[in-house]
Amino acid sequence: MTQPALPSTNNRNRATRVACVAAIGLMVGAAYAASPLYRLFCKVTGYGGTTQVATSGADSVLDRTIKIRLDANVSNGLNWKFQPEKPVISMKIGETATVFYHVENHGTSDSVGVATYNVQPDLAGSYFNKLQCFCFSDLKLKPGESLDVPVVFFVDPAIVKEHDLAKLDEITLSYTFFPAKAAKKPVAELTGQAKPQL
Amino acid sequence: MANAAADHAHGHDAHADHPTGWRRWVMSTNHKDIGTMYLIFAIAAGLVGGFLSIMMRLELAEPGLQYFSNPQTYNVFVTGHGLIMVFFVVMPAVIGGYGNWFVPLMIGAPDMAFPRMNNISFWLLPASLSLLLISLFVEGAPGSNGFGGGWTVYPPLSVAGHPGPALDFGILSLHLAGASSILGAINFITTILNMRAPGMTMHKMPLFAWALLVTAFLLLLSLPVLAGAITMLLTDRNFGTSFFDPTNGGDPILYQHLFWFFGHPEVYIMILPGFGIVSHIISTFSKKPIFGYLGMAYAMVAIGAVGFIVWAHHMYTAGLALNTQRYFVFATMVIAVPTGVKIFSWIATMWGGSIRFSAAMHWAVGFIFLFTVGGVTGVVLSNAGLDRNLHNTYYVVAHFHYVLSLGAVFSIFAAWYYWFPKMSGRIIPEAIGKLHFWVAFIGANVLFFPMHFTGLAGMPRHYVDYPEAFAGWNKISSIGSYIFAFGLLIFFYGIFKAFTSPVRAANSPWGEGATTLEWTLTSPPPYHQFETLPRISGGDH
Repeated sequence: MTQPALPSTNNRNRATRVACVAAIGLMVGAAYAASPLYRLFCKVTGYGGTTQVATSGADSVLDRTIKIRLDANVSNGLNWKFQPEKPVISMKIGETATVFYHVENHGTSDSVGVATYNVQPDLAGSYFNKLQCFCFSDLKLKPGESLDVPVVFFVDPAIVKEHDLAKLDEITLSYTFFPAKAAKKPVAELTGQAKPQL
Repeated sequence: MANAAADHAHGHDAHADHPTGWRRWVMSTNHKDIGTMYLIFAIAAGLVGGFLSIMMRLELAEPGLQYFSNPQTYNVFVTGHGLIMVFFVVMPAVIGGYGNWFVPLMIGAPDMAFPRMNNISFWLLPASLSLLLISLFVEGAPGSNGFGGGWTVYPPLSVAGHPGPALDFGILSLHLAGASSILGAINFITTILNMRAPGMTMHKMPLFAWALLVTAFLLLLSLPVLAGAITMLLTDRNFGTSFFDPTNGGDPILYQHLFWFFGHPEVYIMILPGFGIVSHIISTFSKKPIFGYLGMAYAMVAIGAVGFIVWAHHMYTAGLALNTQRYFVFATMVIAVPTGVKIFSWIATMWGGSIRFSAAMHWAVGFIFLFTVGGVTGVVLSNAGLDRNLHNTYYVVAHFHYVLSLGAVFSIFAAWYYWFPKMSGRIIPEAIGKLHFWVAFIGANVLFFPMHFTGLAGMPRHYVDYPEAFAGWNKISSIGSYIFAFGLLIFFYGIFKAFTSPVRAANSPWGEGATTLEWTLTSPPPYHQFETLPRISGGDH
């Protein structure tokens, strides 16, 4: 080159590169920050049907009945039986209800399960308040052992003020039991096994 | 190197150097050589990705299982086809290939800002493609090889459903491809912002350079999010974290948000360089400056910016709140406005122009028509209500192939027939380019248009088999794919003719309509161009 790159161009190039690298670092950081922020967001807003935890019941009870459909599932990795005492209950909005689920270990060894939960429709999550739930902690069952575990909850009367839910007459409360995380092995080491473990 | 002695006097030996043999390519820091390697790489990867798609169409030509005994293997082919076409064909061709070749030439720069970084950008790609190809041959889902969960790699299927190491290879492959693109993006941004020739203001910069600038910013801001998301997937799979695992408080929907925050800008990354290419071709062969230059440039900026805030229109069926869906419907439809500005400006450029229907012009006009068809079905799909019905059907497959396979790929071929004389100094006979166009145009439409019908009728994607009711249109689609594949033979024959014929290209073979700086150089350009930087005069557009 007869015209060497001007020193000012080199400096500007370096500055641009530093700015680009900073932007990349920021975006990777933002991607990771999304995980805790998203969880916080779901908890606060009830997004994705995340239920709320309350310490006391509703202030008022409305003269309107709502059906709560109870759904229970067990994931592949757990040889448990899991079902609600009845599939659907009716209750007043604002009323506190207690329902029991029956869990039984059909496996041959001790196993620890943890239940994930949400409600459908998603929007109802922020109005669905649990006072007590077996899903708040791990559950350990010996072979053949069975338990009846409670959920105590109410539907917040404010739900009738939510535009999209004003005419809602049924909420589905769903649980899925998974094996608790401790048993997890790296998936890459699981080749050859018929069924992947969670 | 007219002035080699002077070069040494200035202490710039590296630039005056003209390496030969394998050193010229493996250790290359020359933007034109690296661009050539990118193009050859894209063509080779395109043959692999094309082979996978022809196998899919052979299988789908009739109901029942013909060629695949294990249905999961078909899903692995679908996934491989998608990833290869996106990361190893379209992106290397339009960004690494044409971008490297023509951005420095068009803005009057001697080379890219960071030539050695350019070298590593390219050489990461063969390593990345190797990892992806290895992943096809190692265990994925129990009892089958390769990862079959689609290019989106959604958990929980990608975590719990594929215990074998296939996806780990895939994730590492994407890491390398992502690193390659991010380094390339830094290079383009720096080159375009700082190394334009004296007098070339941003508002006088050719539209292809504008397109690459916007593309580079999209890469810079979106790829790190993909890298983060797939790293979380990798640690979820192997190191006991639970970003996306609901048993320990994770959420698989979070992955969808992260993926599409990358994935939607990614589709603009693939098409924006095509917009730039088509603008130049339309202008050249209409012998008119592009209509509404500033509008064209800022329409691309607008498409890039809005492209970052519409991602959840890929997730209408994932259980978003209705108000969230309403927002994404609206924001998505807004993109049709700057896109319309581009389409109508291309038409207005042709209007009243002295049009010459060269091979490149055929491809460019074909691009405009087919991209518009794909854009219109995109507006249809942006409706959350309609998407309930069309989600994951062949209608979606038709839509994104019209914008990518018939949009981005047509722009790649348009650029090929437009710039091949400049890159090689040789001539592909126009008749071959036109024949290739008509075969590809007919083949691609026969291939993808019937997918609108099967999709509307409810045929879901990602399945090896289908009910007999869909048999007729699928047969026709398969025939279209064979026609398109035959067109590739014509494409290669054109290259063969060019290199075996004694005819040489003029410096500016397309005549007075071609006004950008690359046509002021010899064909092919000297190893180091613009030893004296060109000066651009005249006012802004």
